[in-house]
Amino acid sequence: MEITELTVHELQEKIKNKELTISEVTKAYVDRINEKEKDVNCFITTLTDEALEKAKEIEDKVNKGEIKSELAGIPIGIKDNICVKGVRTTCASKMLENFISPYDATVMERLDDENLVNLGKLNMDEFAMGSSTEYSALAKTRNPWDLNKVPGGSSGGSAAAVAANLVPWALGSDTGGSIRQPAAFCGVVGLKPTYGLVSRYGLVAFASSLDQIGPITKDVKDSAMLLNILVGHDEKDTTSFDMPKVDYVASLKNDVKGLKIGIPKEFYGEGINSEVKECLQKAIEKYKELGAEVEEFSLDIAEYALATYYIIACAEASSNLGRFDGIRYGYRTKDYESLEDIYKKSRSEAFGDEVKRRIILGTYVLSSGYYDAYYKKAQKVRTLVKKEFDKAFEKYDIILTPTSPTVAFDVGIKSNNPLEMYLADICTVSVNVAGLPGISIPCGVDSNGMPIGMQLIGNRFSESTVLNTAYTYEQATKFRENFKPTFKK
Amino acid sequence: MQISKEEILHIADLADLNIKDEEIDKYILNLQDILNFANIVNNAPVDGMPETIGTNDNYNVFRKDEVVDFEDKEALLQNAPEKERGMFKIPKVIG
Amino acid sequence: MSRSDYETIVGLEIHAELSTKTKIFCSCPTEFGGEPNTHCCPICMAMPGTLPVLNEKVVEYAVKAGLATGCTISKDSKNDRKNYFYPDLPKSYQISQFDKPLCNHGAVEIEDDEGNKKEIGILRIHIEEDAGKLNHNEFGSGSLVDLNRAGVPLIEIVSKPDMRSAKEAERYMRKIKSILEYIEVSDCKMQEGSLRADVNVSVRKKGTNEFGTRTEMKNMSSFRSIVRAIEYEAERQIEVIENGGNVYQTTIRWDEVSGKTFPMRDKENADDYRYFPEPDLVAIRLSDEYIENVKKELPELPESRKLRYLNEYELSEKDSRLLTASKYLSDLFEGALKECGNAKAVANWILSDISRILNEKEMEADQIPFTASQLAKVVELIDKGTISSAIAKKVITELFENPQDPEVIIKENGWIQISDEGAIREVVLKIIEANPQSVADYKGGKDRAIGFLVGQAMKETKGKANPGMLNKMFVEEINKM
Repeated sequence: MEITELTVHELQEKIKNKELTISEVTKAYVDRINEKEKDVNCFITTLTDEALEKAKEIEDKVNKGEIKSELAGIPIGIKDNICVKGVRTTCASKMLENFISPYDATVMERLDDENLVNLGKLNMDEFAMGSSTEYSALAKTRNPWDLNKVPGGSSGGSAAAVAANLVPWALGSDTGGSIRQPAAFCGVVGLKPTYGLVSRYGLVAFASSLDQIGPITKDVKDSAMLLNILVGHDEKDTTSFDMPKVDYVASLKNDVKGLKIGIPKEFYGEGINSEVKECLQKAIEKYKELGAEVEEFSLDIAEYALATYYIIACAEASSNLGRFDGIRYGYRTKDYESLEDIYKKSRSEAFGDEVKRRIILGTYVLSSGYYDAYYKKAQKVRTLVKKEFDKAFEKYDIILTPTSPTVAFDVGIKSNNPLEMYLADICTVSVNVAGLPGISIPCGVDSNGMPIGMQLIGNRFSESTVLNTAYTYEQATKFRENFKPTFKK
Repeated sequence: MQISKEEILHIADLADLNIKDEEIDKYILNLQDILNFANIVNNAPVDGMPETIGTNDNYNVFRKDEVVDFEDKEALLQNAPEKERGMFKIPKVIG
Repeated sequence: MSRSDYETIVGLEIHAELSTKTKIFCSCPTEFGGEPNTHCCPICMAMPGTLPVLNEKVVEYAVKAGLATGCTISKDSKNDRKNYFYPDLPKSYQISQFDKPLCNHGAVEIEDDEGNKKEIGILRIHIEEDAGKLNHNEFGSGSLVDLNRAGVPLIEIVSKPDMRSAKEAERYMRKIKSILEYIEVSDCKMQEGSLRADVNVSVRKKGTNEFGTRTEMKNMSSFRSIVRAIEYEAERQIEVIENGGNVYQTTIRWDEVSGKTFPMRDKENADDYRYFPEPDLVAIRLSDEYIENVKKELPELPESRKLRYLNEYELSEKDSRLLTASKYLSDLFEGALKECGNAKAVANWILSDISRILNEKEMEADQIPFTASQLAKVVELIDKGTISSAIAKKVITELFENPQDPEVIIKENGWIQISDEGAIREVVLKIIEANPQSVADYKGGKDRAIGFLVGQAMKETKGKANPGMLNKMFVEEINKM
């Protein structure tokens, strides 16, 4: 098996047993990037030279016994909305095309503590707004399973890079499904942690009350390993939780006997593609076989949650993106006379259409006269969504849904109707609205060989249960052994 | 939900964005579409429910009043489109 | 109708910078001055991805201010974003408090224009962050943004529209200033902009209950301009109304040079701030215990100091009130008293010469350049007979110009009192010889004549002779005759 096809826990094992050296691993990935990146365009910035140097340095230190970390020298890719000191952090926007971050995100410090090697910054929809990565102003990422299809989004670069074996694992961010949906489209594992489990410090904000950083990996065990590194209270993020550490790898029991799984029938309605439904049905049967107690129930909040999501996310975004004003950093229009020119022209020229559309929507719902009808109402609906989930989790340990109504769609067919696009987020956004953990794992492919994702939702801070449920299915079905991306042209 | 041209231009102005004349209709249609959908929040059974600001029940997370100097001051200015004498330069603002 | 048929209504929003060591949401120093953009970090520069963390002292100081002004402290409070674009506001929103401020419903007492006690209501006190500074580019075109002040903590104290004249507004603001100084939450240095006010002015015909339309003047930072601006703006509004016009609710700008107000540009009047709860910060919930503890730590307030001065030092009611009106004067008094032990003398020096010089120089008490020990030293030197009161006056004046050890001042200027008996006797004999009439008057029973002779001798010695010795020696010499 090629080095780049190995999972991180397999790599780690081989490094430990001296079957592989740290340098060899990074070298294999750099070669792979040099070979395949041109087909998939996952990166905005590659750091291959730096990575090779860093790997050598870490290898020397490990050999001298100066570094003890078990993950030392493992490469990783980072979504380009996470700040890395001294490296370009663009958010795939013309606005930040040349922005060099003066500081490290907290998650980057945690990766550095473990001596991971950063292979580069990965493509995304501009400011994480989108579900196909086609809203990137800087690169056109393709789906490794079919190069005519989108990788999903907004963490499309991260998911495609993991699927294409350009990185062993990656960080993504998820505001309304941006880790889970591209993971589903690319046939990999994507975990959105409970809001507050991972520090947001250094994640360029889209919607502060919804954003979370999480792992995108080849398998569930790798997700658990990466999550182990990421979690923990950060005094720089007051919304991050201070709680005892859990070993998520240890929670992988490969056993779901007696686990109560709820199937919310509203998530399997008309809008869901029939092949996706069929595939999910088989997965549900599998869980029954594995000894889980599965039951259908009603969770009639999907549309409310979606409306609430777009109101809140856009409102927060309209404010969060105000700092991009062409004064301290970022794009400044070439042609200006007044201060107002700087503001309006810089912002209008450097933000893409979708970003501007969401800023306008967000400004509208916060503006005087509309605040009560939209924003304030949405905040109440948010309470309703949380309560409905609370009720569901009194009965069930896990809620099982499709990750996306469809598989990856063709490049360029992106609808001219934004609402239609927003409706495609219906399966994932309620998880963010309620602040819950959710994972997407592959559960099969459709008739065209495109992967289908299954979403498992847990109660707040029940990542252990979520991961174990996913792991048990994965061990029983071995998706990775049966299906591989083909780079079909 | 009907949005007028004046309204969309006012909103764009608040957001410090220019909308080109030929784009106005598109923005209005998109916004109306989305708002018509978003209006369902007004049918939700939320009477008497409190607002959720974040999904986080944390409170009183404070910092100690201790100075920590950020050392790499140059990095703070390195991205400035235009600077002079350690300050960000902008067109003259009448005070 | 005439001017006297109208009354002026004033409300103030006072902004005070808190004297914490660090900024409100990051660990940068709040220290005044410094090279531009050096008291900054990614957070207060609003670099993408950064997050605010609230400084615990800011909450404590705001609660102190609330308790000292009789406010109810809110147990459930939060931060909100106020959105607007301006180059001194790096995030393009100010983190402030909208509907759940930390403190509500307080009041302070002032005197109205007739000298009667009057209560001015306080609607609320909330915490927020200060903006940066726009500098005019002296050496080239454009303006330059310095963010050293961005993120310095402020409290905003919003009064009710309870003031009825410019002077009342001044007295109210002085009172707030004094309270904040006493509880040591702000140094209230107006010249550095750490205390300033947005002034709301309207007028109405006397006897009506409805308020008139108000205008707002932002960022006023001297008592003098506040008084002048209110007086001007009230007159202007009355004139508009008298001429059949309407006053419009706008933000206006006070121009100190022309002594007039001008409307601000439209954009700055478009105040749809789109407030919404700050999702990057969690709620503030203060327990009874917390509030009680802050209350216990409140230092002595002016009212209680005043009583102490009356009782312990037997100062007059008026002197006690004047001394305690400013914490800086009061601290100067107590500091000097501690060293020299002469309460009456210290009080006199502060309330006469020092206050007069402050007035002449248009300085506030916090700008007094010398220390309490230096003042104590002056009093001690008088008490020891080293200098006369006349010299002491000169020393005080000199202390304002060039604050240093009074003994050094005296030495450098050759102001040491002449207490040498031989030298004094020489002067006494000379004056007696030159003023036979006064000598005769004294002998004739007019004791006051001695005073005249001493005065002449002081003039002769440029105030350096010891007046006690002069007195004694004149009596001796005349009696010998």
